[in-house]
Amino acid sequence: MGYVATKGGTEAVLKAEQLVEYFRLRGESEPIRIEQIQDQFRLAVDRAMGEGSLYAPALAALALKQSEGDAVEASFLLRAYRSTLPRLSYSLPTSGARMRAIRRISSTFKDIPGGQLLGPTRDYQPRLLNTLLNHESSQTVRRYLADFEAQVRQNSPSDGQVGYFPKVIESMRAQGIMAEAEKGAEEEEPFDVTRKAISFPAPRSVRLQILTRGDNGSLLAFAYSSIRGYGDVHPTLGEMRVGYLPVEVNHPLTGEVVEIGEILATECEMVSRVKSTNEAEEESSPKFGLGYGFSFGHGEDKAVSMAILDRVLSASKAGKLHGQSGPAANEEFVLLHVDAIEASGFTAHYKLPHYVTFQADIRVLERAKDHATAKSAESAEKHRRFRQKLALPTEADEVERIMPDNGEDEG
Amino acid sequence: MKQPDSLKALITQLTAPSEEATSSDREQEEDTLYNFGFIDEDSKREVRRKLLKAVAIPGHLVPFASRDLPVAKGWGTGGLQITLALVKPDDTLKVIDQGDDDSVNAVNLRRFIQKTTNLQVTTDTLEATIVQTRHRVPEEPLGEDQILVLQVPMADPLRWVEPSIERSTEMHAEADYAPIWVYMYESVVRSGDVDISSQYPVMVEERYLMDTTPAPRYDVPALHMSKTLYLYGAGREKRIYAIPPYSRVAPLEFEDYPFKTEQKPGQACEKCGSTATYLTQHYIEAKSVDGTASHSATNGTEGYWAFFCSDTSYCNKRKKVI
Repeated sequence: MGYVATKGGTEAVLKAEQLVEYFRLRGESEPIRIEQIQDQFRLAVDRAMGEGSLYAPALAALALKQSEGDAVEASFLLRAYRSTLPRLSYSLPTSGARMRAIRRISSTFKDIPGGQLLGPTRDYQPRLLNTLLNHESSQTVRRYLADFEAQVRQNSPSDGQVGYFPKVIESMRAQGIMAEAEKGAEEEEPFDVTRKAISFPAPRSVRLQILTRGDNGSLLAFAYSSIRGYGDVHPTLGEMRVGYLPVEVNHPLTGEVVEIGEILATECEMVSRVKSTNEAEEESSPKFGLGYGFSFGHGEDKAVSMAILDRVLSASKAGKLHGQSGPAANEEFVLLHVDAIEASGFTAHYKLPHYVTFQADIRVLERAKDHATAKSAESAEKHRRFRQKLALPTEADEVERIMPDNGEDEG
Repeated sequence: MKQPDSLKALITQLTAPSEEATSSDREQEEDTLYNFGFIDEDSKREVRRKLLKAVAIPGHLVPFASRDLPVAKGWGTGGLQITLALVKPDDTLKVIDQGDDDSVNAVNLRRFIQKTTNLQVTTDTLEATIVQTRHRVPEEPLGEDQILVLQVPMADPLRWVEPSIERSTEMHAEADYAPIWVYMYESVVRSGDVDISSQYPVMVEERYLMDTTPAPRYDVPALHMSKTLYLYGAGREKRIYAIPPYSRVAPLEFEDYPFKTEQKPGQACEKCGSTATYLTQHYIEAKSVDGTASHSATNGTEGYWAFFCSDTSYCNKRKKVI
């Protein structure tokens, strides 16, 4: 007896769980409905789906409610849930050209085939807090919707093809200024990073999958580092589009192509000069290269960042530079550090007990301390002998000289 | 098929939420939602295949896909995937962290495994068929019919000297371990001895350099010619490796600077008196006169630091015998 028991881990864990629930509810405000999160926290839902790598708006909204709005925690919940689902089938390849776009822009040319479509964007809105939202009611919402819909009815074009656009990149290819896609890469069956172990150097499909599942903030930081100064890629936004993409699979029995639904997605293509290491090639036909970005839902920063990183990494690999042109050009460095679930998990693991290893650290520290003490004693001894040899006064003599009374005991 | 149905059920629940979701509803929902051992059978099979490869090439790092789990990456997901891929309904499981069955993370992992498998659990090392652990090898020697599953954070022992996986894979293939020897030599020059405290590098079967996970050096000798199968899982790093029973495992050492454990002669556990176990320091709160713990001793005993066995189950067993 006489010791504070180390028991109680189980109880503490269960109590902590209760406390989390208490802190989520203690404000006693009206519980948020999943539907409200899905509708009104649209972008948070999209981000969770992207990082969670699961297109399921209702589940993402639930995850956000459960995680009290923590983006990474919500993605984590989705990822974990995803692991319980078997891979039944792969969807068929689709193209951004088949997207029913709600937004579509290019910064390469003012006028592009199909024209620019600004769509729902905050880009040109002054970021002023809108205090009117404090007083929003179902009534004001209904009135706004009615007015808006009336306006749309008045101005809507009769053309049924509205929302479908040709790709800007295709017109650039036709002009002969774009480098051709890597031969063979398009036909190759994409690697599935969730089912197979990756190794380096990695195929491009691995890169694109890891980037699109990556943490928005990390992608942004890496891409920013490359365009700000730690890199020499100078990209231009070829095209970015947001819209609905059809999802198609082969029917398991008939083999026919069946559309099983559609997803909201953001696609981005960045272009920049391809600098070939092959001088002859560089001189004969300078070209622009393509960087591709894709995110579930409406995720523009992510799509742009991903497209920049894809371009930087392609350029680095083609030139066999291996990250010499900045950290964002190092494939392993980028791909192994952008995953929110991995990064947050390992960073947070330092909160776990490390009693055993810290005890081991203490022993090594003690040994190093003893070594340092022994070494300094040794060098002091050497110093003393050296002075003796030269018949210089020793330290003790010095003390004696300065403070004669001090040496009495020794004498 | 089970999962898509449960997904549909969950979505229906979401779109038409019942007003009073009780906690018993919640338990039920969890039961129907998940497969035995949580991860799907194809993924389990992949883990088992990679385990076979790992056992066939002792100490070699085998990449595996590594699924996401409801436990954070870096918190034992590698070990967990091995355990979940191996367990059968009649297994008996022990989960420890820092040698302690009641450590918060061990509690969490055990709870998760139990919830998804309904497995028999134990704290007795000798009763378990599978022991999952973090940072420790249990004190009681394990037998041939037991498996020790270790949670691994880093996996590659060359990480300190070569962070690039592409390069370190080549180094392992060529058994090019010179940089780690240089690292050790430099630490001897600087600190008077090899300053690797835990995660001590070992050579397995004189071929592959292996990371022993951040277990203390004290646990390294237990790996050599062990009767038990040791399986290592690094979920975040997506690597599996193994030491099959009766494998030769040798810590890296210099002739003049031999491998040493943390053990201090004369140091003993203050609970069970053991002098041959790994000990960790614990602060014993001061006791006031009425016997309650307090931060400052006014009239009672002073608070102090004591050494206890980190393997709590073994320590308790010894105490009972005494």
